[in-house]
Amino acid sequence: MRSRLKFVFALSVGIALSACATTPEAETEEPAGRAPYESSYAPQASTPTLIRGATVFDGNGAELTNADVLMQDGRIVSIGQNLAAPEGAAIVDGAGRFVTPGIIDAHSHLGVYPSPSIQATSDGNEVTQPNTAEVWAEHSVWPQDPGFQRAVAGGVTTLHVLPGSANLFGGRGVTLRPVLGARTVQEMKFPGAPQSLKMACGENPARVYGSRNSSPATGMGNVAGYRQAFANAQRYARRVQSAEEGNGEPPDRDLEMETLAGVLNGDIILQWHCYRADEMANAIEISHEFNFEIAAFHHAVEAYKITDLLVQEDICAAIWADWWGFKIEAYDGIRENIPFVHAGGGCAIVHSDSEVGIQRLNQEAAKALADGRRAGLEITRAEAWTWLSRNPARALRIDDETGTLEPGRRADVVVWSADPLSSYAVAERVYMDGALIYERGQINQRPSDFELGQTYRGVVQ
Amino acid sequence: MRILSALVMALAIAAPAAAETVLVRDGRVVTNGAAGTIENGDVLIVDGRISAVGANLTAPRGARIVEAQGRYVTPGAFAAMSEIGLSEISGSGAPNDANISGDLIAAAADAGRAFDPGVTAIAVTRMEGVTRAAIAPSSTETMFVGRGALVSLDGGDDSVFRSQAFMVVELGEVGARRTGGSRAAVWPAFEAALRDAREYPGRYRSGQGGAVLNELDAAALQPFARGQGLFLVHIESAADIRRLIRFKRVNPSLRFAIHGGAEAWQVADELARANIPVIVDPLSNLPDRFERLSARLDNAAILDRAGVTVAIAPAPGSVDAHQARLVLQLAGNAVANGMEWDAAFAAVSRTPAEIFGVGAQIGRLERNYTGDLVIWDGDPLQVTSAPDVVFIEGVEQPMVSRQTLLRDRYHPSRRNVQ
Repeated sequence: MRSRLKFVFALSVGIALSACATTPEAETEEPAGRAPYESSYAPQASTPTLIRGATVFDGNGAELTNADVLMQDGRIVSIGQNLAAPEGAAIVDGAGRFVTPGIIDAHSHLGVYPSPSIQATSDGNEVTQPNTAEVWAEHSVWPQDPGFQRAVAGGVTTLHVLPGSANLFGGRGVTLRPVLGARTVQEMKFPGAPQSLKMACGENPARVYGSRNSSPATGMGNVAGYRQAFANAQRYARRVQSAEEGNGEPPDRDLEMETLAGVLNGDIILQWHCYRADEMANAIEISHEFNFEIAAFHHAVEAYKITDLLVQEDICAAIWADWWGFKIEAYDGIRENIPFVHAGGGCAIVHSDSEVGIQRLNQEAAKALADGRRAGLEITRAEAWTWLSRNPARALRIDDETGTLEPGRRADVVVWSADPLSSYAVAERVYMDGALIYERGQINQRPSDFELGQTYRGVVQ
Repeated sequence: MRILSALVMALAIAAPAAAETVLVRDGRVVTNGAAGTIENGDVLIVDGRISAVGANLTAPRGARIVEAQGRYVTPGAFAAMSEIGLSEISGSGAPNDANISGDLIAAAADAGRAFDPGVTAIAVTRMEGVTRAAIAPSSTETMFVGRGALVSLDGGDDSVFRSQAFMVVELGEVGARRTGGSRAAVWPAFEAALRDAREYPGRYRSGQGGAVLNELDAAALQPFARGQGLFLVHIESAADIRRLIRFKRVNPSLRFAIHGGAEAWQVADELARANIPVIVDPLSNLPDRFERLSARLDNAAILDRAGVTVAIAPAPGSVDAHQARLVLQLAGNAVANGMEWDAAFAAVSRTPAEIFGVGAQIGRLERNYTGDLVIWDGDPLQVTSAPDVVFIEGVEQPMVSRQTLLRDRYHPSRRNVQ
């Protein structure tokens, strides 16, 4: 994070130099204040909470039976047997219940493609040119999307919101907390989480721009587009660096270049929509040419064909459990994709890419686990939970903050009515930073402003 | 050797074995009928039909015995709405027979005549326990989406067992969009189309022509307009559902079922009294359309408790060609949100058959019913469960698909084998 803050600071100096009168200058005048666009998320007040006698998946692959989980001051304090309750602690009976880290969805469009879905709310993709690296998904996020509340009810405590996939470079993605009642996107931003760049392989950019008789129209056009943009970004980054070292003037600010340069220097992580094995391999070649990291391939329908390559490159694969066939680059989808990547030693992630799917990612993991076992793989249910929390945390570079129940991590915790790798289990309690943000069956669940006062609505679920 | 085994596999996908006499013994038999669930029950299939269900049946001479060993034994699932068989790949500009553009054909579109039993999704779907499906076009340029068909998923040449089984009509937001952008136009246009159809062929032969329908569509609509077929109506909002109930009151001879019905829970008692079945999506809980603002997860449970006939399928707009097998997950989620297990399982097996008029032959494990039977490795509504054995009309289906061949080719245990 430190390097990134420095980057933002350098940019705001650039802003001041460019003499743009409307630009905020808070950064230089109030060094202790919040930088423009930074998170203003504040955890809700919490009481110390001890969950007693539950089955616990720790998010790191271990299952503990009859275990206690203690949260205090927003953090996990310990998990184990017979933990003592601090004074004034809330005690939750975990008998028959299961406790897991909160689910992290590495691929969501909540807020940018909100409900209701109409032309005016279709805000997730700047489909105007193949490179829109300059746009930020967070600036389209509508905090009142009723989907956030539904996601929380499904045990989600963190989500990564991405632009759509029509462009080679779709823009920056953002890691959010589903804060019910948030008025601004800044109140939802996960503190310290890096932004991502969304890139897209394959059919979508070639179809969208090819049909406009412009490039890219083909897979080779896609690759040429990525390479030229990164070549330009390298030159831009060199000029920025030279200016910082006192050699010459900095280049005019170019928001598109800033994003790509951020990928080259590692401040911005790369989330790359890519279905086919051969296209993921081409993407890896490009990352070698320009020397950047790919955090994860998204959808990765053919990840199971190149698990060795993904392991070697340390790239996660964020995958649907069983989507296939809806286009030809998804034709080779198999239900064992996630367990095969896992069995090969890879970083497998169950993602949703759906406002419906995000509400029950636990069921998607359950399907993948069951299909993997039927294919003869030995995978425990606690290992399967790593697909929902630790691995997406890794791909989002927030794994030192959340994703497991290790002491010191943020207390993002779900209490399930039963084994969550099942159709019938429901999230009974969801904690974010130790605060109870959802309790099933309580009528005070906060609906979004959009849903208030709609007379055709009964009791909001 | 590998070529040979690939050939054997290919044949296995294409050609199931012949019907035989089969006794499935000692299962947890979900009959979907008056007998309820029979613990330690047996099912005897002869010549593709169920000839007996009960405890301790005697195996006829030469019968094949399949030991269920206490596993769930159920009727095959019935996908109450799917585009299966209408495309191999639905997007990417590949041929997709579910979408019809132009003004030549709308009501006359006939899904049964586009169905291809050879698509790979058939094998993928049936080995997950889905043995029957209702298919229909997904879009035309008018409120009439065309005629749906009922199909078997056995992959045979005669898979379409009832064509022109129902007429899909859009009377909600989508219908409004295709009718000048307003519901104020939808209902008058629908009534005019019914008149055109009832007066076919007279007004067309006389040269007067139809008020809204061309001759092809009027001919296709006629039996439905005369109450001889089922209208499957896409509507979601409580207001639209009330309009349909009122319309049926004035037109009692017409037969309606609703597909969608996200707000049906508000109108549950009226739907029960009007005897209009509803095909709902238990995952539909977002106000993603203005006609679904009060969608909620326990819609199916509320409707069932009120006595409405409820089937389960993806909502209009979510129906696809590849994932019909997920109806069982949908039903499991209905259970998670308060629906009784028996009702939820029936909603993806017996009830669709009843809604589409084949409930006397399909959807139960009872004497004389079709021998569509599945033995499961767990509770069929659990996402972790899958079939061990699938029979369609008494024929055991191969548990091989294009997906399993890919799975086996790239299995981690073969990683070092070239």
